[in-house]
Amino acid sequence: MNPVSDLIKNLADQHGRSRHNLLPILQGVVEQEKYLSEFSMTEIARELDLPAAEVYGTATFYSFLEHKKMGRYIIRICKTITCSMKGKNQVLLAIEDMLKINVGETTPDGTFSLLQTNCLGFCHKAPAMLINNEVFTDLTPEKVRDILSTYMKKKGASYDN
Amino acid sequence: MTISYQLKRVDFIFKNENDWEDVLSKSISRTPQELINELISSELKGRGGAGFPTGLKWKLSSEEGDDTKYVICNADEGEPGTFKDREILSRVPFKVLTSMAVCGHVIGAKEGYIYLRGEYFFLQPELNKAISEFEYYCKEINLDFKIRIFMGSGAYICGEETALFESMEGKRGEPRNKPPYPSSYGYMGKPTVINNVETLAHTFTIFKYGAKRFYDLGVQYSRGSKLFSVSGDTPKPGIYELELGMSLADFVDEFGDGDTKAVQVGGASGFLVPRKRFNETAIGFQGKLTGISLPTGGSMMLFNSSRSMFNVLDNYLEFFREESCGQCTPCRVGCQQLLSGIKAVKRGEKNAQYLDKLMRLAETMQYTAKCGLGQSVANSFSSIVENFREEMIY
Amino acid sequence: MTKKIKISINGVFVEIEPGTTILDAALQAGVIIPTLCYHKDLCVAGNCRVCVIEIAGQKRLAVACATPCEEGMEILTNSLKVRNSRKHIIELLLSEHNADCTRCYKNGNCELQNLASEFKIMTQDFIQLAPLRKYTIDMFSPSIVKDDSKCIRCQRCVRTCVELQGVNALTVAHKGDHMKITTFFEKAMNDVVCTNCGQCINHCPTGALVEKNYIEEVWDAIADKTKHVIVQTAPAVRVGLGEELGFEPGARVTGKMVAALKRLGFDAVMDTDFTADLTIMEEGTELLTRLKKVLVDHDPEVKLPMATSCSPGWIKYIEHMFPNYLDHLSTCKSPQQMFGALAKTYYAKARNLDPEKIVSVSIMPCTAKKFEAARPEMHDSGYRDVDYVLTTRELAIMIKQAGIDFMKLEDMHYDRLMGESTGAGVIFGATGGVMEAALRTAYELVTGREVPFENLNIAPVRGMEGVKEASIKIENPLKEWAFLEGVELKCAVAHGLVNAGKVMEAIRSGKASYHFIEFMACPGGCLGGGGQPIPTSPEIRRKRAEAIYAEDAGMPIRKSHQNPEIIKIYKDFLDHPNSEKSHHLLHTHYTSRERF
Repeated sequence: MNPVSDLIKNLADQHGRSRHNLLPILQGVVEQEKYLSEFSMTEIARELDLPAAEVYGTATFYSFLEHKKMGRYIIRICKTITCSMKGKNQVLLAIEDMLKINVGETTPDGTFSLLQTNCLGFCHKAPAMLINNEVFTDLTPEKVRDILSTYMKKKGASYDN
Repeated sequence: MTISYQLKRVDFIFKNENDWEDVLSKSISRTPQELINELISSELKGRGGAGFPTGLKWKLSSEEGDDTKYVICNADEGEPGTFKDREILSRVPFKVLTSMAVCGHVIGAKEGYIYLRGEYFFLQPELNKAISEFEYYCKEINLDFKIRIFMGSGAYICGEETALFESMEGKRGEPRNKPPYPSSYGYMGKPTVINNVETLAHTFTIFKYGAKRFYDLGVQYSRGSKLFSVSGDTPKPGIYELELGMSLADFVDEFGDGDTKAVQVGGASGFLVPRKRFNETAIGFQGKLTGISLPTGGSMMLFNSSRSMFNVLDNYLEFFREESCGQCTPCRVGCQQLLSGIKAVKRGEKNAQYLDKLMRLAETMQYTAKCGLGQSVANSFSSIVENFREEMIY
Repeated sequence: MTKKIKISINGVFVEIEPGTTILDAALQAGVIIPTLCYHKDLCVAGNCRVCVIEIAGQKRLAVACATPCEEGMEILTNSLKVRNSRKHIIELLLSEHNADCTRCYKNGNCELQNLASEFKIMTQDFIQLAPLRKYTIDMFSPSIVKDDSKCIRCQRCVRTCVELQGVNALTVAHKGDHMKITTFFEKAMNDVVCTNCGQCINHCPTGALVEKNYIEEVWDAIADKTKHVIVQTAPAVRVGLGEELGFEPGARVTGKMVAALKRLGFDAVMDTDFTADLTIMEEGTELLTRLKKVLVDHDPEVKLPMATSCSPGWIKYIEHMFPNYLDHLSTCKSPQQMFGALAKTYYAKARNLDPEKIVSVSIMPCTAKKFEAARPEMHDSGYRDVDYVLTTRELAIMIKQAGIDFMKLEDMHYDRLMGESTGAGVIFGATGGVMEAALRTAYELVTGREVPFENLNIAPVRGMEGVKEASIKIENPLKEWAFLEGVELKCAVAHGLVNAGKVMEAIRSGKASYHFIEFMACPGGCLGGGGQPIPTSPEIRRKRAEAIYAEDAGMPIRKSHQNPEIIKIYKDFLDHPNSEKSHHLLHTHYTSRERF
C-alpha cells in the first residue's frame, strides 16, 4: 500500500474521522510530506468521507498547508514590517544567491523551498525566518549563509542513510 | 490635553507561577458567582485588542443552559508587532492553564482548547508537557477538565474568534455573521468563552491577589497592567509589562531612539501616531478621562525619521490583502483597491485627490466589513494618509 | 403566540414577529433593500454587503439579510451613509468583475448590471482589477461554461452545489485576493463530480456560470435546406417559457410555444410528453417484472427498490456517489433519449426520411440533458440520437431573435406521430409526477381498476417536501398478477440531489424498504430545472407546479397506456413493452464513476 495512504489512515485513527479532525490530519500529512498532493487530498477525503472539493477549499485557505510539491526544508522568511525594515531583502537575496532559486521555487535536488510569509512574531529579533518548524532570528546575510550551510551538510548526512 | 500618567513598569505576568496548584484549588472552592464578581470588579478587559470586559464574557456564558460548553485560549497571535503570548506560554504556561480550568468551573465547561498559531509549532512539546502535569493535578483534586492544543496553519484571520471556531471545526477560517455571539453560540455551536492568552494570565493574578491589586493599577476605564511588544526603531526591542494609561510621549522617551517620527499602536490593524500627537495620546481603552486613547493588543512599533511611511503602509496593505479571508466584498476588494490605489498615486498614475476617494473607501470598509479585520484596515490607512500625505504623493 | 416586537424602518413603525431579519421586516413594511448574495433557496451568507443598513446608535452598518430585528430598533435603509457605502460596494464588485456587458451572455439578465444601473454607477474611479489577473474560462463541459472573470464571489453557486444538491463539485478556495470559486484542484467542471444539473447557473447573479449554448448550431440546421429538423419539448418547458417572454410565473404557454417553434422553422414539432408516456409503459413493465423476479423467483440478480432514470443529473450523481447501486436504476432511457432514438428510426421510417438528414433538437428545462445527449451510448438509432439540446432560456432567446411577438401568437397543436400526450406525460415535469403517472398505469394494469385516488390525483406524492412517501395496497389483482395480492407497494419521491442522497443513504444502511423511488436532480423536479428561467425561487416553483397540474387536469386522456399514439407505436413498431426492439432503442446502461 502507498505509504501516504498508510500515514493518512494512521492520522485518522489517531485524531478521528469527523470534520473537526480535518486540520490535524492535513497538518500531519504536511509535516511528513511537506505538501498535500492531489493524491493525499483525495485519500483524506475518502478516509473522512468528505467531498474532495471541501478538503481542497479548506487546505488552500491556510498558508502552511502547501498544495504544490515542496522541498524537504521549507524556508519561510518573514516579510512583514519590522523584518522588512531590518534588512529582510538583503537576507532574501543572500538565500536566493546561495540556493540559486527565487521565492516560490524549490532547488532542483528537492532540498530547499523558499517562501515568504507574514509576521512570525519575532519582530524584536528581526529579521526572522522559519526552516520547517525551527525559528532563526536576528538574521544577516552572513548568518543565513552559515545556517544554510549547516542544513546542506545535514542533507549530505541523510543521503548516506 | 496633556496626559500626566507616568510610565510605570509592573511585574505580575512573568512573576513565578509555582503556586498555581494552590491558586487553582482555592479558586474552584469558590462559587462561580464569587469568581465572576471578582473579575467584574477588577474591570479587566480583553488583552487581545478588542477590550471586551472579561468578567461579563464569563458571566454571559455561565448563564447559558447548555450541558456542553468550551473554554478556548486564543493563542493565534498574528498581529504584526505582537509576540507577547508566545512568551507567556513558554514562561508561565500554568497561569494560563489554571485560568482556563477556573473558567471551566465558572461556566460549566469540561473541555478547553488552546488554539496555537502554526508559526509557534515549536512551543507544542513543552506546552503539552505542562498540560499533562496540569491534568494530573486536576485528577488529584477531582476536577474534571481537559485541555488540548489545536494547531493553526498560517492564517491571521483565525485570531478573529468566530473564524477560529470555524478553523477548529475543520473549515476555512471565515468569520461568521454576528449575532449570535460566542457566549451562546461558539465552537461547535456551543456556549464558549474565548480569551486571549494574556487575559488568562491576568485572571490568574486576579484570582491570586484579588481584584483590588489589579484594579489599583492603571487609570479609569483602563485598569491593570498590560504586556507591550516593542519593536522597530528602538534600542531595546522586547516585551515589557507596563501600567495602562501612560502617555505615548513617556513611552517614546523610554523606548525611542531619539529620532522617533511615529509610533504604530496596535499593530497593522491599529493606528499610526505622528510625533506631534505623542503628548496628547494615551495608551488604554477609550474613556473620557484618558483623552485620545488607543486600545492595543500590545504591539508598539517605532519608526524613526529614516523610514518612508509609504513603504510602511504598502507593507500593511499587502499583509491585509493576503490575510483577508476573502468572503466579504469591502475587505477582499477594498484591500486590493487601497493597495493598488496608493501605488498608482505614488507612481503619478492617479492624482493626489484620489487619496481622498481612498479615504472614503476605507471609511466604508470600516462601516461595512463583516469582521474586525476589514473594519480596522481603515485605522492604519487613514492615520497614515492623514498624517503623512506628502509621503504618499509622487 | 409570541409577542410581536415594534421597530421603525425609515421612520415608519411596524410590528413584526421576533426573529425576523431586517430584510424581511423591510419587505413587510414595503421597503425594498437591494441584495446580491442573498437567495431564497439558500442559507444566509452575508458576504456581499450590498444590503447594508443603518441602525440608529450604531456606528457600523449592519447587513439586513443576517441581522435579526430587536425591539425598538430604528432602521434607516436609505441614509447618506448607507447610500455611500452601498455605492462603494457596488463599485468594488464592478472593479473585480469583467464588465464587458455587451459581449456577455447574461447581458440584460444580470443582477450586478441591474444594481449598477439602479445606482447609476457612471464612472469608473477604482482601478479595474479584473484584467490584471489571469482568468480561466472553463468550456470543457457540454453543459456549463464557467468564466471566472465574471465571478463576484457571492458563493451562491457553492451554497447551491452544497446545500441544495449535496454534490460539492464547487468550493471556495484560497484566501484574500486569491480567493476564488473553483473545483477540486481547479480541474475542469467536466472532470469532477459535477452532475451538470445547472442549479449553479440558475443561482448565479452574473455571467460567471452559464449554459453552453447551441443556438447558432440550431439556427444553422434550420437554415440548411437539406436537413429535416425535428424538435421535442419537455413537459416543464411549457410552464416556464412564458416567464422569459412577458408572462407571470405559472403561465401555461403550450400552444404558443408550438406556434413559435413552427415559426422558427422547425420541420416538425413534437412532444417529449409522448415519450414520457412511453417511459411509463417501459418502466412500469420493468417494475412489475422486477417485482415478479424478486417476490416470486427470488432472483438475487434483480434489485429493488427500482429507481427512476429520467433525470440525467440524478444519473450522473448516482454514478459518482453510489456506483454500487447502479443496478437499482431502471434501464429505461430518459424521455428525451427515447424520443431521440425513435426520431431517427420510427419517425424516419414513417415519414420516409433519411435518418442521416434528420437533425434532432430538444428543448429542455435542463442543462444535464446536454451532457446526456452527448453520452457515447446514446447512438442506438445508428446516429447521435439527440443532436442539440437547448434550455428553456435558449429557446426564449431564439424566439426574441426571430422577432416573434409571443403574446400575440395563436395556439397551435403538436404534429402527429409523436406529438400526442396525456396528463400523465405532462406531470413528469413536477416532482412526484413520474411516480404518479407510473402508479396510474401500473395499478390499472395489475388490477384492471383505476388508482384509488380522487380524480386520479395521487396527492401524497405531490408538493414540495424534499422526500415524500406513499404506499398502495394491491387487492384483487388480475389473474396474471396474482402474486401481488396483498402486497403493499411502497414508493418514495426525492427531488433536489441532497434529498436523493438522504434516500440513498437510507437504502444503503438498510433503513428503507421501498419498491420504487422517483429521483429528480432539481428542487421541484424539472420545473425547477437548471435550464429554466432565472430567477427560480420556492414561490415560482410552486406556481409552475400548479400550472403543470392544471395542464394535467385539463387533458382529455390522463393515463399513459391510453395514449392512442402509444398504442399505435407498440402495434406498428415496438410490439410490446420491454420487447427486444424497445430494449435496443429505449433502454441503456450506466457507468460507474469516481466520487473522489
